[in-house]
Amino acid sequence: MRRTLLIWLALAATALAAFALALASGSVHLAPLDLLRALVSPEDGIAGEIVTCLRLPRALAAFAVGGLLALAGALMQVLLRNPLADPYVLGLSGGAAAGALGAMLAGLGTLAIDAGASAGALLAMALVFAFARHDFARQQMHGALDASPRLLLTGVVMAAGWGALITLTLTLAPEARLRGMLFWLMGDLNGVDSWVPALLALLLALGLMLPAARDLNVLLRGEALAHALGVRVAPLRRRIYLVASVATALAVTTAGAVGFVGLVVPHALRLALGNDQRMLLPASALAGGTLLLLADTAARSLLAPQQLPVGVITALIGVPAFLLLLARRPKRIA
Amino acid sequence: MTAPLLEAQDLLLRVNGRTLLRDLSFALRAGEVWCLLGPNGAGKSTLLHAAVGLRAAQGGVLRLGGKALAEWPADAAARQRGFLPQSFHDAFSASVLESVMLGRHPYLSRWQWEGEEEQALALSALRAMDLAGFEQRDVLTLSGGERQRVALAALFVQDAPLLLLDEPVSHLDLHHQMLVLEHLMELARLRGKGVMFTVHDLDLAARFASHALLLMPQAMVLQGPIDSVLTEAALEAAFGHRVARIEAAGRTLFVPD
Repeated sequence: MRRTLLIWLALAATALAAFALALASGSVHLAPLDLLRALVSPEDGIAGEIVTCLRLPRALAAFAVGGLLALAGALMQVLLRNPLADPYVLGLSGGAAAGALGAMLAGLGTLAIDAGASAGALLAMALVFAFARHDFARQQMHGALDASPRLLLTGVVMAAGWGALITLTLTLAPEARLRGMLFWLMGDLNGVDSWVPALLALLLALGLMLPAARDLNVLLRGEALAHALGVRVAPLRRRIYLVASVATALAVTTAGAVGFVGLVVPHALRLALGNDQRMLLPASALAGGTLLLLADTAARSLLAPQQLPVGVITALIGVPAFLLLLARRPKRIA
Repeated sequence: MTAPLLEAQDLLLRVNGRTLLRDLSFALRAGEVWCLLGPNGAGKSTLLHAAVGLRAAQGGVLRLGGKALAEWPADAAARQRGFLPQSFHDAFSASVLESVMLGRHPYLSRWQWEGEEEQALALSALRAMDLAGFEQRDVLTLSGGERQRVALAALFVQDAPLLLLDEPVSHLDLHHQMLVLEHLMELARLRGKGVMFTVHDLDLAARFASHALLLMPQAMVLQGPIDSVLTEAALEAAFGHRVARIEAAGRTLFVPD
């Protein structure tokens, strides 16, 4: 319990430092004092305007999206009882991408692209739920004591279908629109200004899952055992699926299909700090937000004034980090 | 007289259209140890799953402590009966201590964390399962038999009046088979627990169980005090194999033909 609080405090402090760095860096660099002055009285001068109108909304959006993705990843890993699951494993990003790219292909504006992404993500979510509805129902002991593998297969096949649809859209798209589509597919926070829905969703998702966090610990031991220990397995699995899906849908709608945050962050925290979901869920949200915030700061400063899609940075960080974690022997924490 | 810990009345269990058990009625009372015997695929695990509430019966009633299974709230049921599944698939690392303390889940309130009391219970259960010193081991590094004893320790800290165990000794060596079954017998004798377990070793069944449920062909069941069920004729009918029952060294032994 005390250890958990210390972990959260350390992660929150890191998050604050990442915010300071993100707000200070850019084409106009701000010294710490200037940054403080700009935050306290934003009306004075150009610095205040840059910080409060440009950098702060983008930083908040990056943090919220990263937190949503890491939280959704942690939840999917519990739902599928598979440490390699990520928020996109059941095809949600595929659905969102198909919707967003469809809107781009039709030459529609930003609002329609966001609407297309949301609709696609929700459709993907509904399809998986419909096809796997038996796995979310009460009596499910038909030989197998565990429904996770079948749900995973359903999602993977759906994701493959969306992938084909995306490729088709890219094939049909005129040259001029390809660049925007590729940026969307990699995940990109450039020009994002709506951080409120994502941040609210993050708080709501935590609020919905934290009361059931010890149930999640039990669920990880298998569905039969969880049932025997008094966990109402089917409603809990439905809740995990819905929260993780809506979190992913909002993240993808806000910033496109940013990869690796949802896979690497919960996995790394689990290896370093243990697998108690009461600690892990808030820690994932904090660390995921911090990681994406730092990645986005790098994406807009590394080759400035050129902006990179943030998904490239998360992949560049995520792939080696993940390989390192896999190569290391897992250590036990006392 | 108090209600039986587990009671079946005219139970009908069907799986994929195949009738496994028909018109099954029995009553398991405090202090009794029932072994569940029968050939592969006869419905032993199915009956246990139905008793735990993991699958619905197609007919009849199952009662837990006198109350129909369906009327038990999930958390109250978890304080009334514990279950040991046949196999485990750990996907994630966890310490042995954490795994065993999960058995206290039904007793903790929503925001409560495991404390010293839970830890003491877990350590004592680990000692009883000959796992002292294993607390910080990762469950992923355990052998099959060690993993099974960790699961048994978790079941014992759950401390339910009724224990349902699916092949509790299947992965264990000789010594630990005796240790586990003696512990179960002690729980029944000294603390009035009711126990039902599946097992394939007839010698162990005869030695440790007070009652037997023998699943026969045509979904029939033979039941009663252990000596009345484990006869040569009944066993041959159930397993389709001749068995000689002999008494030696003060024990009842079964020698297949």
